[in-house]
Amino acid sequence: MKWKTDDGGWNPYLSGAMTGILAIASALATTRVLGKTNYLGASTTFVRAAGLLQKPVAQEHVAANEYYTKEKIKVDWQFMLVVGIFLGALLSSLTDGSFRAEAVPPTWSRRFGPGVTKRAAGAILGGLVAMVGARMADGCPSGHGLSGMMQLSVSGFVALAMFFGTGIVVARLVYGGRSRE
Amino acid sequence: MNEQILGLITGVAFGFLLQKGRVLRFDKQVAAMRLKDMTILKFMLAAILVGMVGLHLLAHFDILAFKHKPMNLGAVAVGGALFGAGWAVMGFCPGTSVGALGEGRWHAVFAIVGMLLGAAAYAELYPFFQRTVLAWKNFGPIALPETLGLNPWLVIALFWALCLALLAWFEKKKL
Repeated sequence: MKWKTDDGGWNPYLSGAMTGILAIASALATTRVLGKTNYLGASTTFVRAAGLLQKPVAQEHVAANEYYTKEKIKVDWQFMLVVGIFLGALLSSLTDGSFRAEAVPPTWSRRFGPGVTKRAAGAILGGLVAMVGARMADGCPSGHGLSGMMQLSVSGFVALAMFFGTGIVVARLVYGGRSRE
Repeated sequence: MNEQILGLITGVAFGFLLQKGRVLRFDKQVAAMRLKDMTILKFMLAAILVGMVGLHLLAHFDILAFKHKPMNLGAVAVGGALFGAGWAVMGFCPGTSVGALGEGRWHAVFAIVGMLLGAAAYAELYPFFQRTVLAWKNFGPIALPETLGLNPWLVIALFWALCLALLAWFEKKKL
């Protein structure tokens, strides 16, 4: 086992364990500073962002929507957490030289060719289905996977098993079996 | 300190660690689902194993309270399956898509657009889902120890043992 990956990244056990410490510190900090415990998560922010984007063109429609009302369309703690993920990744990749402009990921390119249009269609369709699923399940790999399982929530274990179980089947159909490069 | 600044600082640290772990990549996420490279699972399990002990200590001393997401059977099963299917094609999850954009993988924009459309679609379909898949069977915010009738620390010890065995197997198989 190596402490650094070939491209200068950190061992996943090390960076993962540090993320565990961050999750503990964050739960403690939100409890102390905000008076309520927030756990790491990301997918609700997409609901709030979608609501914010729709507001200028369909103010009344957004205001009347039951789901937007339930999730409250605002820039909150988690919204800024997601903005922070972007900035943190930018900072890390620029300082260690791993920042790279990439139009199509290599795995996708090997299977479907280097065309951007195909990749865009796949990502938009996949993203749409995934987010409907995440909102239905009330969480994503961060909210259910990390935060839910850390708390030993039953829903976290079932959700992560479903995420990976279905992911494995669909990935096999889309990209071919293990042997295929 | 206000809510937004605290969120931003936490997010920067989270994004930094996700990028250092190299788990933001489309190729890493798809490789895990193709059972070829378990980097993202190693990262996740390491985070869960450490976080689990710390959070349970804090809860044990009543410093904070848990917020279990409801075990709504239809929602978690069907939603989880839809998420897994979309995840395999998109190659990102919500948090990592934004991070991938940060490390220059600009095609993540398409995944983000798709997810925003999905969130808007869910908001429109919410009344329908409430009558159907969300209404099947809700067990509420249940936790594993209470459900199994076991002490939480015993469950944590068992989970650690299981994960360490799985991770040792990944290392042996060079996954």
